[in-house]
Amino acid sequence: MKVTLRIFRFNPETDSKPYYKDYEIEADPKDRVIDVLHYIKNEIDGTLTFRRSCLHGICGSDGMRINGKNMLACSILLQDLGYSDANKTYKKPLVIEPLPGMPIIKDLVTDFTDFWKKYETVKPYLITKSQPPERERLQSPEDAELIMEASKCILCACCTTSCPSTWSNEDYLGPAALLKAYRFIFDSRDEATDERLDIIDTPNGIWRCHTIFHCVQACPKEINITWHISQLKKKLVEREI
Amino acid sequence: MIHQFDAVIVGAGGAGLRAALEIPEGYTCAVLTKVYPTRSHTGTAQGGVCAALGNEEEDSWEYHFFDTVKGSDFLGDQDAIEIMCYDAIRAIIELEHMGMPFSRNEKGLIAQRPFGGHTKPKDPNNPFGERVPVKRACFSADRTGHVMIQTLYENCIKRGVKFFPEFFVTDLIVQDNVVRGVVAIEIATGEIHIFHAKTVMFATGGYGRVYRITSNAVVGTGDGFAIVYRRGIPLEDMEFVQFHPTGLWRLGILVSEAARGEGGVLKNKFGERFMEKYAPTIKDLAPRDVISRAMYTEIREGRGIQGPDGTYYLLLDLTHLGAEIINKKLPEITGFARIYLGVDPLREPIPVQPTTHYAMGGIPTNVDAEVVIDDKGTKIEGFYAAGEVACVSVHGANRLGTNSLLDIIVFGRRGGKKMAEYVKEHDFPPLPKDADEWTRRTVERILNSNGKERVSRIRKELQEIMMDNVSVFRTGEGIKKAIEKIKELKERYLEIKIDDKGKKFNTDLIEAIELGNLLDTAESIAYSALNRTESRGAHYREDYPKRDDQNWLKHTLIYKNGDKEPIIKYKPVVITKIQPMERKY
Repeated sequence: MKVTLRIFRFNPETDSKPYYKDYEIEADPKDRVIDVLHYIKNEIDGTLTFRRSCLHGICGSDGMRINGKNMLACSILLQDLGYSDANKTYKKPLVIEPLPGMPIIKDLVTDFTDFWKKYETVKPYLITKSQPPERERLQSPEDAELIMEASKCILCACCTTSCPSTWSNEDYLGPAALLKAYRFIFDSRDEATDERLDIIDTPNGIWRCHTIFHCVQACPKEINITWHISQLKKKLVEREI
Repeated sequence: MIHQFDAVIVGAGGAGLRAALEIPEGYTCAVLTKVYPTRSHTGTAQGGVCAALGNEEEDSWEYHFFDTVKGSDFLGDQDAIEIMCYDAIRAIIELEHMGMPFSRNEKGLIAQRPFGGHTKPKDPNNPFGERVPVKRACFSADRTGHVMIQTLYENCIKRGVKFFPEFFVTDLIVQDNVVRGVVAIEIATGEIHIFHAKTVMFATGGYGRVYRITSNAVVGTGDGFAIVYRRGIPLEDMEFVQFHPTGLWRLGILVSEAARGEGGVLKNKFGERFMEKYAPTIKDLAPRDVISRAMYTEIREGRGIQGPDGTYYLLLDLTHLGAEIINKKLPEITGFARIYLGVDPLREPIPVQPTTHYAMGGIPTNVDAEVVIDDKGTKIEGFYAAGEVACVSVHGANRLGTNSLLDIIVFGRRGGKKMAEYVKEHDFPPLPKDADEWTRRTVERILNSNGKERVSRIRKELQEIMMDNVSVFRTGEGIKKAIEKIKELKERYLEIKIDDKGKKFNTDLIEAIELGNLLDTAESIAYSALNRTESRGAHYREDYPKRDDQNWLKHTLIYKNGDKEPIIKYKPVVITKIQPMERKY
């Protein structure tokens, strides 16, 4: 089939402002978006710049905006975006843009500095005060299950950069950092719950979440992030009482 | 720009991060990675990390030791394997204490499951008698590597480890057998940096992208192998390349051995469970080299299934496992099958084919991750290697599943501890003049080159020839063909032209340098494979189908020799407790 990719381009060394460039290519409905980006880079235009690594949705490198939605370019096939007829020439272009709300470095590559800063704000590591036992700490399968979903997060930033609250307030911690906070607050082995709750109990912390659910729609690992955030809110309210 | 750090670690996968945690307060440490630390390839490991914890049934580190020696087809060094299997228990407990979220059993202990080649004697009083699968792989669903890399990175954040993400290391600064630092390109700016160091560790991962079908990330371009090889340091046992039996058909994406650990079976086009023929006792849980060969044989003998594009696959059947096990214990791979092949593993079998997976060979080290360059144990002072890029050798001719995640945490830590001693006892060695000369010249050459060749074309041709001639089944004739092709591609590599001539985030340039690394790594694999005229573990020569302990119970060391044929030397295998025996499963 024939598909046109309309790709956001910006080279800081030569362009004063970004623009869109169209590439009409032959593709297969079973191609991943990352495959067609690779095809363009390999065969047509080596200047096209994007991040990628594992190509199967676990490293979190290739989050981008595809036809207006944040997703991983390696975890979506063209046929799942409506390009399913191998014999057709598609008029409507497939629009590829960088993750929104982040500074652009080049083309589809964005600056993650602020994202990692917020990740570090929530103390993303187990804190224990008691001496660990000689063997593993015990944790029931139910307690392990409580943090299983949150542990799936691959830090791709699809959620945080899809969140209107993040767009309107750059100081908001955002869903990814809050999900990481959940992962430790609800870990039965962690001993710093109060300290952690204090970090997120701020106007730009958890209370900036207005349950818009964009993060849930954007998450390529299908984590119900808003549910996790609501559990944190509940915990904070319980602490007040 | 010149930086100075007591310790420089290249690569932020499990080995590099674990090593970084050992550098003591008061000494400076920098971790350089060409991606972001959490993007490292360790994160793609799925099924588990093994240790004889005995949480599910009786087990012993000595059984684990025996399995690993046998799995290695007796090429693994038994002193190193003993250290790894014994230390495994402590290493897993340590990860748990660091916060790694494991799946748990009903007792609240770390859950364990069976994995390929991991066994125990059926009768404990007869340790060398018949063996049965044992639950030894500790896991977190099928995301074990993912939660491991997250946990190690989290602990590095806690300790304030200094990272240089998206710094692409191009060269090792070494003179008179003393390491002095590394050279790196800062990808964001294109600037060339010199990192002057007392000690350097390479934990740069594998080279899967030498081959067309691979489970490896695009960044697995053999950088560490190629850099040291060019600097005159040998590579050990490069002929041993692991092909994982169950890659998703055409894509090579890994479908964990845990799928078979949980009860999945391989079938051919007649629906026969063919592994019963090749490994009658442990069947689908035989080691990877045995199963990959069996799959190639099934396809050759007409029992594979042909896809619309003419290529062949076999089937991994999980349909009898039920939704509970599939959704709870194998959620990721189930997702992969659905997303990429449109196959629902609950209802239909998954099309699979062997996929290039792991480098058993690499930079030769001793059991403390110190790089040694000959059979006498001569060291490169201050230079360490750990993880997939290193060859200790604990995996010998074939690695057992789950032993790679174990290798990185055991030898990453041991190397880190040695580096910690070294930085205390040594001053900075002087930096040679023009330490970044090779990098500057290479970058300039690539940017200014105006030839006709495209990087992607040469890369593809390399991947094809290696897949066709230096993979599961090999012949002298086929390997020679690959060597001739590599020579041709190296010539053509000098005639490349890239589109992006800029400085900032020039991935066109990075890919061109990576291609040079792929070519040098492929050369070391092909020549080592041609030289070893026997079959052992993952190295199967159809023209020499038998293992030959008399002549070949030894490690290969290959040294680059300019543009001429590489030089090959050997070093003995360390045998302590188990004499080589017939390897049957």
